[in-house]
Amino acid sequence: MELDDRLFRREAGRMVSALTRIFGVHNLALAEDVVQDAFCRALEVWGMRGAPDNPSAWLMTTARNRALDVLRRQRTAKTFAPELGRLLDSEWTLAPLVDEILAADAIQDSMLRMMFSCCHPRLSEPAQVALILNILCGFSVDEIASAFTSGHAAVEKRIMRGKKVLAESKRLFDTTVPADFSGRLPGVHRALYLLFNEGYHGASPAASVRLELCNEAIRLIAALLQHPLAMTPTTYALAALMTLTAARLPARTDSCGNLIALFEQDRTLWDRTRLDDGMRLLELSASGPELTAYHIEGAIASVHAMARRADDTDWSRIISLYDSLMRINGSPIVALNRAIAIAQRDGPERGLAAIEAIANPDRLAGYPFYPAALGELELRHGNPERARAHFEEALARARNPMERRFFEQRLAACEVPNARATVAQFWESGLDASQTDDEEEAAPSA
Amino acid sequence: MSEFTFLFRGRDQSASPDQMQKTMQKWVAWFKELNANGCIKYPGHPLEPTGKVVSGKAKAVHDGPYAEAKDVVGGYMLIEARDLAHAVEISKGCPILDVAGSVEVRPVQIMNM
Repeated sequence: MELDDRLFRREAGRMVSALTRIFGVHNLALAEDVVQDAFCRALEVWGMRGAPDNPSAWLMTTARNRALDVLRRQRTAKTFAPELGRLLDSEWTLAPLVDEILAADAIQDSMLRMMFSCCHPRLSEPAQVALILNILCGFSVDEIASAFTSGHAAVEKRIMRGKKVLAESKRLFDTTVPADFSGRLPGVHRALYLLFNEGYHGASPAASVRLELCNEAIRLIAALLQHPLAMTPTTYALAALMTLTAARLPARTDSCGNLIALFEQDRTLWDRTRLDDGMRLLELSASGPELTAYHIEGAIASVHAMARRADDTDWSRIISLYDSLMRINGSPIVALNRAIAIAQRDGPERGLAAIEAIANPDRLAGYPFYPAALGELELRHGNPERARAHFEEALARARNPMERRFFEQRLAACEVPNARATVAQFWESGLDASQTDDEEEAAPSA
Repeated sequence: MSEFTFLFRGRDQSASPDQMQKTMQKWVAWFKELNANGCIKYPGHPLEPTGKVVSGKAKAVHDGPYAEAKDVVGGYMLIEARDLAHAVEISKGCPILDVAGSVEVRPVQIMNM
């Protein structure tokens, strides 16, 4: 991606949020137009004279001047943010107020207001995530469609409907009312969690897209953690989970974009800074009585993070964490993960038994890593014939080229005599701790 | 509730950008307070110190206004208040008073023909 693209994407969310604070949420499209204008202007001017020393400031100043134009020209015809009342109508206050809202601290606050607004309870979770990506992360409809492997039209409709709901809500979410803030916070957590998972486990075949989704989720949760009311153990737990998991990203795919299973990853490639950050965040999450799924998933990620070699993994600890997770979220995918951990500790036979014991396995019907897990354990148990049948089933359910390649590789392993010794652990590919209820996410939204 | 016009005089047009900034912040704070209290009927505008004066049947045009700098109207706004005393009370928050300026408080005249 071009430098400009990355810069524009990063700035778009800040600029749109701040301008919406001024124009009012019902004029979101106007804010987007002003930002688009600033970007076009930048391409024009920078193309001729080169980029300025501080491109972000340049963009913001350009947007500011354009916004002042719009406000002056349209203030008699339009109403802007209702909370600013008549202050935008007057030259006494117009420019100073706009500058106040475009100051760095205020922008941070506006972004949070936008984030909370996007998580409106009237919107489906996929719509919330799409809106966040579009408004706060500057992803185009096409980019979102490709990240979610959905059609352009479907994503566009989802976003348009979402923006309509935003517009009808009259004003941006007020982040200063503690009760409202705490009420909406779990929805925000959930949307960021989904955004992160879409990046980490998602369907997009392009590793770069997925990496970006993970980075965006981490950037947004870091912004969230700037707000005193958001500094809860649960937010820290979610941030820890994301950061510890994302630390493994550099080792997770090879140069061709193929998945590398957790046990085969070169752990020296893991991002030390993120691991340290993640452990620090996990410590911060350990206060108060609340134990959420994020806490447990973060703890599982930390157990992996602490094992310098795959063989050093503390499986008993992981199994007991999955037991806790089962009590909070007894989804079959969590149960499947738990079964894999049991296989790691007690051997494939016990793992297979644990998989068989999963309640309502029909919920795993479309999930390719369910047959893949069976195949893997059968292979290790010395039954390549049975393993092959399972992997063929997994291949038939593969959702993207990356998964397809992975299952083909597993099928090939069934042909290798004594495959047991070379078997790749597939933990990382789909049975990762943080993927707990993928089948719900995969369900098409209304 | 009645309407009153505030005429501001004695704006310091020669202040340094830094002072200007501080002064503007005070004005914004005052306007926000008035806005929150629902006192603003129309927020008006600041006015440039120069312009033209058109006068008499001859419609003579002169550079104006002629007044001393401290007497030039530097801006206006319309507010809503219970009565003149209340309007005067409101005017006392105006930052122009900090720089030795003045606020002229004038009730809007209701013309009952």
